[in-house]
Amino acid sequence: MTTEIEELYQEVILDHSRRPRNFGELADAAVRVHGDNPACGDEIHLDVKFDTSGALEDIKFTGHGCAISQASASLMTMKLKGKSRAEVVEMLCAFHDLVTEETSEAPKTLGDLRVMKGVRKFPQRVKCAMLAWRAVEQALEQGAGEATVSTEPA
Amino acid sequence: MHRIAASSVDWKAIRADFPILREQAHGHPLIYFDSAATSQKPRIVIEALRNFYEHENANVHRGLHTLSSRATEAYEKSRKRVAEYIGAASADEIVFTRGTTESINLVAQAWGGKFIREGDVILLTEMEHHSNLVPWQLLAERTGARLRFVPVRDNGTLDLDQLPSLLKSDVKLFAFTHISNSLGTINPVAQLCEKAHAVGALSLVDAAQSAGHLPMDVRVLGCDFLAFSGHKMCGPTGIGVLYGRADILDSMPPYHGGGEMIVSVALEKSAFKKAPHRFEAGTPSIAGAIGLAAAIDYIEQIGRAAIFEHDSQLARYAADRLTELAGTRVFGPKEERGALVGFVMDAAHPHDLTTFADQYGLAMRGGHHCNQPLMRRFGVSGTTRASFYFYNTVEEIDRMIEILHAAVRFFS
Repeated sequence: MTTEIEELYQEVILDHSRRPRNFGELADAAVRVHGDNPACGDEIHLDVKFDTSGALEDIKFTGHGCAISQASASLMTMKLKGKSRAEVVEMLCAFHDLVTEETSEAPKTLGDLRVMKGVRKFPQRVKCAMLAWRAVEQALEQGAGEATVSTEPA
Repeated sequence: MHRIAASSVDWKAIRADFPILREQAHGHPLIYFDSAATSQKPRIVIEALRNFYEHENANVHRGLHTLSSRATEAYEKSRKRVAEYIGAASADEIVFTRGTTESINLVAQAWGGKFIREGDVILLTEMEHHSNLVPWQLLAERTGARLRFVPVRDNGTLDLDQLPSLLKSDVKLFAFTHISNSLGTINPVAQLCEKAHAVGALSLVDAAQSAGHLPMDVRVLGCDFLAFSGHKMCGPTGIGVLYGRADILDSMPPYHGGGEMIVSVALEKSAFKKAPHRFEAGTPSIAGAIGLAAAIDYIEQIGRAAIFEHDSQLARYAADRLTELAGTRVFGPKEERGALVGFVMDAAHPHDLTTFADQYGLAMRGGHHCNQPLMRRFGVSGTTRASFYFYNTVEEIDRMIEILHAAVRFFS
């Protein structure tokens, strides 16, 4: 029997938090978003580069924080590379449902991201899981330059 | 009852006075190590609230009926009890508030609004809780006053060598915490108040972490204001205290306007009651005040000296055991500390650690503890804090260490 804690911190999540993928900066990023979760002190700096069609050509991040926030960012960057804007928005909504809705079935399109499902049992950790996604949402809205985003609306 | 000499207090019997400590969390016996956030309540306090609502409930200072007299008498008796508890000269020096935060805001607005001018300095310390920082930032914005800070040393104590250059005649108020809520540092209150007075400044003590934990007498401490909360000392939430020296309270204008605080009201102008009622507009937390008095009776039966001895032993034991854990950094002074210990572990972020610990029934707090500038000072975004009270045991600390070992294995 897996406990709730094992469900939350699945091996994939611990692995990504220890060795985050796409960790670093993009020298030619179109937009850089500084995301912060003031309640925890989690920080994400997300660099995004778009191709001519507006799809996410490359995406990297740096930052520090809890295992959930860092693993979520790592998994997200792997998933979103090469995706169109519409696909990103769709995945953002699906991911939000995944970590908040008790009844939601995890859609297959989310792939590896489904390991984050355990977060829904820990409402206080939803913001940790969503931080990177709030940053990418802001990156799409901003399009170019620098921006900041917080899990606590000012 | 537990009226026994300090060293022979029956702590086990005292623990049994707290019904909530029999709760389970995730199938494990609850280990409540978050008393610095709010303490648990003994049955006698819960019963005092129930008794008030069943036998005395009415509004205070206005009805002419039996119940109103009972409620008023009980409410004002509670004020006297608080005054005795902290050694105030008179019950008129005790203002009931919602808690420490409101008490400090009251001083910042009513006293600060009247007496603070552009260029005046409010001296604070780097270890203040946001509740003893933000009200002064707001006052400074309104008045053009400046804030100055006593730095904190690496060992978690105030760098008092800096005091002569910081505490000068332009300082009008020195506001500082008695016990740091994230380091556990116990500040030398009497010494700091004396130094404030020497330059003509008033002193305000944030006693949120100390009022229920050690003996205190405002006239020995020599403070002008002292603020604390009922809920951190076995009392209910929603009740707190501002102690202010009588002549200072009398010199201050009202804080909130409304019923209860007036002598007479005309459409254009009102005359206000004297302190403390001037500062208690509207229906106060009557049951809260009565619950607080019950909490004080309970604490006094055990004895604050015995409580302090018990809690600081626990905190030192916890700090020692944590120091033995590889990859763990413990904050705060080594020798003497209040009833808490803050730490970080290489293996896991404070939030992962507290989430993990909770699965084993261990309630701790992870985060910045409303101490963001202090966290930055120590180069961390947050810590994990285990905070204790007299109902906690050495065995619970041993269990905490076991759980932390398991966390290291889990996250590494």
